[in-house]
Amino acid sequence: MSAKTEQHHMRMSTKNRLSNTVIYIILILMSLIWLIPFICIVLQSFRVESTGQVGYVIPKQWGLDNYVTLFTQTSFPKWYLNTLFIAVVVAVIQTVIVLCMSYTLSRLRFKGRKLLMNFMLVLGMFPGFLTMIVLYTVLKDLNMIMENAVPGLILVYVASSGMGYYVSKGFFDTIPRSLDEAARIDGATRLQVFYKIILPLSKPIVIYTALTAFMAPWGDFVFARYISNNNSAGMNVAVGLWSWLQRDTISQRYTLFCAGGVIVAIPVTLLFIALQKYYVEGVTGGAVKG
Amino acid sequence: MTDLEYLKLTKTQKFVYGLKKFFVSIPRWFANLGKAIVNGIGGFFAFLGRDLKEIGTTFIQGDWKTKLSFLIMGFGSIARGQVLRGLLFLLFEVVFIFYMATSGVYWLGKLSTLGTVGPHEEYNETLDQYVMTYGDNSFKILLYGILTILFIIALIYTWRLNVKQNRIAEEILATGKKLKSGKDDLRSLVDDQFHKTLLALPLTGIIVFTALPILFMILVAFTNYDANHNGFSNALFTWVGMSNINQLVTWNNGSTNFSATFGEILTWTLIWAFFATFSNYFLGILVALMINKKGIRFKKLWRTILVMTIAIPQFISLLYVSKMFSNAGIVNGMLIDAGIIGFDGRIPFWDDPTLARVMVILINIWIGIPYLMLIATGILMNIPQDLYESAKIDGANTTQQFFKITMPYMLFVTGPYLLTSFIGNINNFNVIYLLTGGGPANQAFSTSGGSAGYTDLLITWLFKITTVDSNYKLAAVLGIAVFVVCAGISLIVYNVMPSMKNEEDFQ
Repeated sequence: MSAKTEQHHMRMSTKNRLSNTVIYIILILMSLIWLIPFICIVLQSFRVESTGQVGYVIPKQWGLDNYVTLFTQTSFPKWYLNTLFIAVVVAVIQTVIVLCMSYTLSRLRFKGRKLLMNFMLVLGMFPGFLTMIVLYTVLKDLNMIMENAVPGLILVYVASSGMGYYVSKGFFDTIPRSLDEAARIDGATRLQVFYKIILPLSKPIVIYTALTAFMAPWGDFVFARYISNNNSAGMNVAVGLWSWLQRDTISQRYTLFCAGGVIVAIPVTLLFIALQKYYVEGVTGGAVKG
Repeated sequence: MTDLEYLKLTKTQKFVYGLKKFFVSIPRWFANLGKAIVNGIGGFFAFLGRDLKEIGTTFIQGDWKTKLSFLIMGFGSIARGQVLRGLLFLLFEVVFIFYMATSGVYWLGKLSTLGTVGPHEEYNETLDQYVMTYGDNSFKILLYGILTILFIIALIYTWRLNVKQNRIAEEILATGKKLKSGKDDLRSLVDDQFHKTLLALPLTGIIVFTALPILFMILVAFTNYDANHNGFSNALFTWVGMSNINQLVTWNNGSTNFSATFGEILTWTLIWAFFATFSNYFLGILVALMINKKGIRFKKLWRTILVMTIAIPQFISLLYVSKMFSNAGIVNGMLIDAGIIGFDGRIPFWDDPTLARVMVILINIWIGIPYLMLIATGILMNIPQDLYESAKIDGANTTQQFFKITMPYMLFVTGPYLLTSFIGNINNFNVIYLLTGGGPANQAFSTSGGSAGYTDLLITWLFKITTVDSNYKLAAVLGIAVFVVCAGISLIVYNVMPSMKNEEDFQ
């Protein structure tokens, strides 16, 4: 190796080291920005000396009082169970519905398929809240509002879930069609093709769909608030905890909100991080396929 | 211009040419749209004519079983041994007649007025006093009226199907073959007709819980349904034609400045959507490139830290961040403790219009970068490495590689995603509502829209109009406006971007 190329390599590696250092600094700063709010919320949930907003992060007096109050003196356990129940039921039913919808639109060819997809595209461009007033009235007739909001919310989430077929359809589009055709020639019905050939290959998308379906009810705020209509027994965690940060409640409930937030975030985050791989596959595929 | 001439142009000229082509083609789109509509209507009538003729032939050439089927649905099928099919037809007809007789006719009759008997006081003899009596319910009349019309359309369709069945059955029998049995029908539901089985449940849900309510709300835009006309307990509502839509498009209509408010909020919505989409997009790609750079360690750690904002429900993270920057929040508190600002010098993060707008965009970056980082990571790995290698041989440096290879590839592949995410940001309720609630309030804004503020998007304004004001007619008009904006943008992008067009191209 000539002296010149060696010099060149040396220069390259110093330059490289320098740019890597810059990147490390940026990444560390970013990590701090991303983590600080979450660290703050955890720290403040242990604050005992006062319940409102304060100008410092580290509690002067530590304790589990907020968590004890949360479970003994508030409706939080009820909200938590409501949300958990909704999330589990919705995750199961929505996964089935989305799979049916996306499988059909991806792999079966029938009259009106394009029309159906355009119809849903157009429907999807209307803001979802528009349906809120009508659904409220319908659910009221079915006695599924206020303290009975839980089944009502499940119905609302599940009923429109077929619209969210895009990511899953994108996944099915990538499975070679020759697999189906071979099985059809061997005399399998379309049902058999679906559950014997396609489903076993679909584990990633099933997990992705179930995961997103499970997570959505934890954050839903709009429908949940409208349908529970200020009745504490029918609220989910999002609506309940939101009501603690209003002007007249925040000074007594701020640290309780932090504690509640921590209790909600921990299981959802752990689940998410455990299944991260599938989520990444889903969103990447979804973005590429559109 | 030929391809060769085009290739000779400089970059700016190419851009100008593209832009010119885009605007020149606008009239052509409208012409095409007009043509499509005319063709559609023409085609429909031609189809109708053909169909009526076919129904006529079926009746004239058909045997008595077929003829009777025109009146009693499914009769022909039952008589020819296809009992299951026939019974289903018959059942549908019976249910339809029963529904129409018991309530359908009632709703349909009232649909044109949305009710005539409002709430009023009526003399009650046993109590010997006037009591409040409720009459019609406009809301239910409209809802069930639509339902009845849909039901009638379904009946016509089913009836046509029933007539066709007879024709087909006669033709099959004439050639001496056997008809499908009920067992065959059931089997086809998991085979040739499998799509019907799979779609039945999801589509019912979508039609009943999404399509029907949206249709209802579109019609509400042409009524005076609001807090003072709630359709039942205070006053009925009725059709008012285009007057709500006029309020939105007429600039100066005296007492209310609804259209001016709409204009300002629409402008901010588009500005927000632009910055929210593209800031996340480019920064997200940048972060992905940094994390994936050769020689950077702990890749998984960086990724997991960023992904936390996706995992933690937004109502927790956004509400908390919103409170961090409030007047009494940690940020102001720490700045005061550090002596950087005085007690009366609190930074009005959420009270100053411009600052609030900048803050929502910045915090949206905090929320959005992780998604883009994940997506970009996946796509970056798919870029063929030999592209970079040949570029390196040609002497391209890292920056050139980024702009000549990475970005074009990303833009091509993620074009559809950019569109969806732009539309998603126009309708980004959570970030705005949880951070600012739409505030700070803008005194110049229309009072008929609740307390619309500087950071309100169309969607959050719609929410306030619905929940605070109960001004449903305006909410409906706004909903239609949001649809028009989204559909318009999608149409333009769809026509300009080649990678959007063909579904199968990606397969």
